[in-house]
Amino acid sequence: MDWDKVVQLLVSGLTLGSVYALVALGFSMVYGILKLLNLAHGDVLMVGAFIGWGVISWLGGAQDPNVAVWLLIVLMLLAAMVGCGFLGVAIERFAYRPLRRAPRIAPLISALGVSFFLQNSVLLLFGANFRSYDTFDLVDVEVGISLGPLNVWIIRIVVIGSAFAMMAGLWLLVTRSKLGKAMRATAFDREAAAMMGIDVDKVIVKTFFIGSALAGAAGVLVGLVFGSINHFMGFSYGLKGFTAAVVGGIGSIPGAMFGGLFIGLSEALSVGYIEDFTRGRLGSAFSDLVVFLILIVFMLVRPQGIFGKPEVKKV
Amino acid sequence: MSLTEGPEQPRIGVDEWVASADERRARSRSGRAKEAIERAPAAIKLVALVVPFAVFPLFVDSDYLMQVGIDTLIFVLLALGLNVAVGWVGLLDLGYVAFFGIGSYLYAAIASEYAGRYWDAVIAIPVIAVAVAVAGFLVGLPSRRLVGDYLAIVTLFFLQLWLVVLINASWSRGPNGISDIYPLKFFGRQVTSLTGYFYVALIAFVVIISFLYLLNRSRTGRAWRALREDELAAELMTMPVGRLKLMGFAVGASIAGVAGAIYAPVQGAIFPASFDLVLLITLYAMVVLGGAGSLVGVTIGAVLINGSLEALNDANNASWIFYGVVAIALIALLRPWWQPVAVIGSTVVFGFVVHEVAEQARPSLVGGATFGDSRVDRIVDSWVLLPQNIVSGDGLPTGWLGRLAYIALVASVLGLTLVHSRVWRLVGIVPVLYLAACVWANILVAQPAVARFVLIGAMLVGLMAYRPEGLFGKQRVEIV
Repeated sequence: MDWDKVVQLLVSGLTLGSVYALVALGFSMVYGILKLLNLAHGDVLMVGAFIGWGVISWLGGAQDPNVAVWLLIVLMLLAAMVGCGFLGVAIERFAYRPLRRAPRIAPLISALGVSFFLQNSVLLLFGANFRSYDTFDLVDVEVGISLGPLNVWIIRIVVIGSAFAMMAGLWLLVTRSKLGKAMRATAFDREAAAMMGIDVDKVIVKTFFIGSALAGAAGVLVGLVFGSINHFMGFSYGLKGFTAAVVGGIGSIPGAMFGGLFIGLSEALSVGYIEDFTRGRLGSAFSDLVVFLILIVFMLVRPQGIFGKPEVKKV
Repeated sequence: MSLTEGPEQPRIGVDEWVASADERRARSRSGRAKEAIERAPAAIKLVALVVPFAVFPLFVDSDYLMQVGIDTLIFVLLALGLNVAVGWVGLLDLGYVAFFGIGSYLYAAIASEYAGRYWDAVIAIPVIAVAVAVAGFLVGLPSRRLVGDYLAIVTLFFLQLWLVVLINASWSRGPNGISDIYPLKFFGRQVTSLTGYFYVALIAFVVIISFLYLLNRSRTGRAWRALREDELAAELMTMPVGRLKLMGFAVGASIAGVAGAIYAPVQGAIFPASFDLVLLITLYAMVVLGGAGSLVGVTIGAVLINGSLEALNDANNASWIFYGVVAIALIALLRPWWQPVAVIGSTVVFGFVVHEVAEQARPSLVGGATFGDSRVDRIVDSWVLLPQNIVSGDGLPTGWLGRLAYIALVASVLGLTLVHSRVWRLVGIVPVLYLAACVWANILVAQPAVARFVLIGAMLVGLMAYRPEGLFGKQRVEIV
């Protein structure tokens, strides 16, 4: 066994997984409260990545930034979170709220429309070429922490660290604050929560803001660690994020975090080993196949996910 | 009834309101027209749908238009198949295009130089229909037990996987596609002309729409609708819910497969990129615009959308269509008659005033020229603001001014829908229209191929919010 390779794959799985976890959290929170699958969530991430790119090019580009590097990253994250948060609120207000009492399929189709609109708007404004964050110019690839013979790039650590910090913050918000309590109550039973004097609409708006802000941050982190972004990137992250949410148990916050890491690690390991296991018949591009199989197995065997409770249908 | 709603719509959910739905419908002019269409005998409707298609080749002499006609028919077939899953059974099938792709690649596998086989279409098409139905069955299988939304994700993931396989596998020749596909041959005679293909597609359309019409009126069709309205109730009435869903899935997939089997030989070459999300969402737009569940509606929706996409692709037509649609929408939505006149008139005046002020204050704001070069573009040149060098040679915005203007337009259109006072809405619409014209002339007309998909996305959201039943669908009245 080649331990260097294993550690390397684990680190990249952890990076990918923390991004998936951030996406899964947004999915999960919205699903928990509205029982609505926000298919446009991946595209919110994409918009976040473009906001981050806008900030970096506005502040002088990666080669010669006008501010300190740490400040630049913080500003990118903040701008993407605020921008995407408001984008999420707008999506909720204009695409989902009019359909809250419509048949279940209606908001999903509307979400498809939003997703298509966002993708093509970005295509219209920025073109189909990949845009690059040029992170290697920003932070040298040699800078990092060494794990034995392996050098872990500092940006990876920043990505994993900030994702975990945001998750911890969200956990505190949901379990300790008044808003968190209102969110949990709304998720549990929207009508009863309304009768207890909770302004359900406000809770939903805030949930969308938080979930979309996390997706926006995830977009910037993706751009930082993988370098290039384009208008179609949200699709794949949305799918994986959703898979993560299902694996962890949709509606459950620790579930989304765990599911994200699980999917990220499985994807990284299958990228690394699928060729060996299939004796070269399937290349690393087929790692999606593994993630898809995980999704199917979970849906068949344990549709409530690892942390979820089985859904009891009331008649 | 949800307690979170305000008092604006107190009558929703009241039984008598539901019961009088048909009466209310009969009172409106469009309702009566729709009812007349619904009541017309099926044979007449079929003839009325087919005749315009059948005479189309008589008036067309360019290969390009003939190709558009064939594409339109293939889109109609695809939309009809999608309507089975979405409109009748009520399943959100996001992997639908994959079945179209499977049909195309299957045809390439049994009738191409690459495969070294050449099956007669009389055998090939039924074989493909059955094989793709089986594929649909298999994809639906794991999702059978799942509640609604999960199906959407499983099928979407399936589509993604299908594309990954197509692009990376060796048998599909990756992104280069398969390019030496033989033409259709019936009893040994090859279809060689585009007109021939048009009639093949038309015959497929007649067969499939008749089949679907009968299917909709059968026991299965009724069961599907019952399932769509209330799954739980249908199950309690002893309907085999899981099996019905799978059947709907398989029937839709099979129709997509047949469409693929016609598409592959028409094109002569197929590529993974032809079966992507763009096609999927275009198909959804067709079904939703026409009216999910209505065969006539879906057919017309597909023709309208494909026609306008095709027309918008050309920058010369695009501006005509844009200004025309805006004017028609204003006339249709604003009553009485003087309101659209006043709005359009004041927008024109507003534009000239702004243009004049800008020219005096900063001449560079009006110094540019629009990308479009049709007559209407030249007329509006002296009316809209055209800052210099806002887009580069390939039509992309060069700086942030154009991008911000686009974002401001989206925000102001959305904001306008929040204004409840009729007067303020009329006042607000004037600058928004002018902003729309400026953004159109500066940004959108430079890339009509992308702008049309932006409009499709916006149309889907708008339709779902304001008219979920589309043009011809039946409005659903529900007790909440």
